Amino acid sequence: MKRQNRSGWLAYAVGMLLLPLTVLAADPPPPPQANPVWQKLRTGLFQNRPISDNGNDLIELVAPERAEDAAVVPVSIKTRTAQTPERYIKTISVILDNNPAPVAAVFHMTPETGRADIETRVRVEQYTHLRAVVEMNDGSLSMSTVYLKASGGCSTPAGKESSGSASNLGKMKLVIDDNPKMNQPVMAQLMIRHPNLSGLTMNQITRLYEPPHYVRKIEVAYAGRPVMTADVDFSISENPNFRFYFTPKANGVLTAQVQDSDDLTFKTSLNVVPK
Amino acid sequence: MQDTSVVNARQLMRNRADSRIALARIAVAMVLLSIVCASPSAAAVSVAPLTVNEAATGVFVHVGLHAAAMPENRGAIANVGFIVGSRCVAVIDSGGSFDEGVALRQAVAARTPLPVCYVINTHVHPDHVYGNAAFAADKPHFVGHRNLAASMQARQGYYVASAARALGVAQAAQSVLVPPDMAVDAMLVLDLGGRELTVQAWPTSHTDNDITVLDRQSGTFWTGDLLFRERIPVIDGKLTGWLATMERLAAIPAATVVPGHGAPTSDWPGALAPQQRYLVAVRDGVRQSLKARQTIGQATAVVATSERDKWLLFDAFHAQNVTAAFTELEWED
Repeated sequence: MKRQNRSGWLAYAVGMLLLPLTVLAADPPPPPQANPVWQKLRTGLFQNRPISDNGNDLIELVAPERAEDAAVVPVSIKTRTAQTPERYIKTISVILDNNPAPVAAVFHMTPETGRADIETRVRVEQYTHLRAVVEMNDGSLSMSTVYLKASGGCSTPAGKESSGSASNLGKMKLVIDDNPKMNQPVMAQLMIRHPNLSGLTMNQITRLYEPPHYVRKIEVAYAGRPVMTADVDFSISENPNFRFYFTPKANGVLTAQVQDSDDLTFKTSLNVVPK
Repeated sequence: MQDTSVVNARQLMRNRADSRIALARIAVAMVLLSIVCASPSAAAVSVAPLTVNEAATGVFVHVGLHAAAMPENRGAIANVGFIVGSRCVAVIDSGGSFDEGVALRQAVAARTPLPVCYVINTHVHPDHVYGNAAFAADKPHFVGHRNLAASMQARQGYYVASAARALGVAQAAQSVLVPPDMAVDAMLVLDLGGRELTVQAWPTSHTDNDITVLDRQSGTFWTGDLLFRERIPVIDGKLTGWLATMERLAAIPAATVVPGHGAPTSDWPGALAPQQRYLVAVRDGVRQSLKARQTIGQATAVVATSERDKWLLFDAFHAQNVTAAFTELEWED
């Protein structure tokens, strides 16, 4: 019972028993650069700037090819280059060509973070290329691509009770590695209770489509200096979740501020005592 | 940054009046389809009755296949059946397709001339509800959890797409969602004539719309997918809620238990044990992963993998269960 041999019926197994729907298909993915959807997107986002295919020299983009849950697809970007003042990753754009809003996130990095690794979770509405476009501080662009086979993630109803309800909207968790060390990258995780509504799902009580309501900006700082800021959209899963790094050079406060599409602002902070 | 179709979609969704019109259209389409599909001469003639076993006097069960739905099995992968009273018949889950529903109706007709007065859906999943339209000619009450109608509405779009892929376009076109007209808030008693069924609604467990049916006369307890046997359980609701619900289920005396999937049994509440072991393993494993600051991807690789050999279809659903548990439990403390 190997995975590749059961695509026909596994598709419905998932549809029957479990949502959102993950689908398997035999069709090979279209070539990433030639994809007409991407051609249109890249012009809007990066104009005529060249984008090399050598993104894998800088980062490793990891996502499950066959997502287990199209509404919660983990995406991990591991960097292969250190953040130094001379040479650093300035932005990482995470793009899902075939999502209703293709630009899931643009992460802005500083050389002070030490390491520009990022992890988050995205929704996948239909089979799509997932792209991470890396912009270095010299303005050069390069891209890594994976093809995701999943669908229905954006129009999935928030039927599970885990979704951020009115009573806990904006509740946040900010945690870091247990024993942070001075001058070494420390992993931090930021979680926000938020439905991150796409505007494409129906309220189960009122049976009306709910207006979009999603997290759109995240600003994390340590000791008053920016660590990571991100412009995000509803392609990020409900209860947005981010992992990233910062490098403490002294005791300080890690702060996170989140702004959503209704201009609500949520804040949290954490005292850090590195050894 | 966004193309025009995105903007248009958003504007449309913002406009609640438009949404209502769209919904009204869906409702009309559903009714029209069920009228067409209910025409007995159209479908019933060519379909053989579904095989059923008499689990108790007047209680008939078709045990579903442990497979995924496909045209060859008509989506008949869940346990479905009916209970016969002196006045009428209650159907409990209608099947994974219109064809299975028709075959189930034929099985009823082979046992009794009495009409079907209730079609009870234990929850929203397609393998339990897609036969509803086949019973429209009986004009039964469709009975479901108070959350069922909303859940059907919300899921309609991708259920339609998934049914077309799995069952084929023709079969899927007939398999429409028929929402309940009797909602169960907490408990409901249905009288089939000298035979009463207790229908009970549960807090979010396997889904957010699970109900059980107890036939008081025979002590037959239909759990819907609150109990999986042999085939891996699927978490589409709330793991901790499900475990709590199972404790309450265990306290309900039953002579025979009909699970949503797997063989009916008189081993009760013993039959709950394997599912409880699995769900507890997932819960405890995910809690451990969270404590170790693992990611979802890391958790799916290590949590409860010792259960792999104990369930059918494990690899199709386990990682998704871990993902569901992870996103639920990461907010626990």
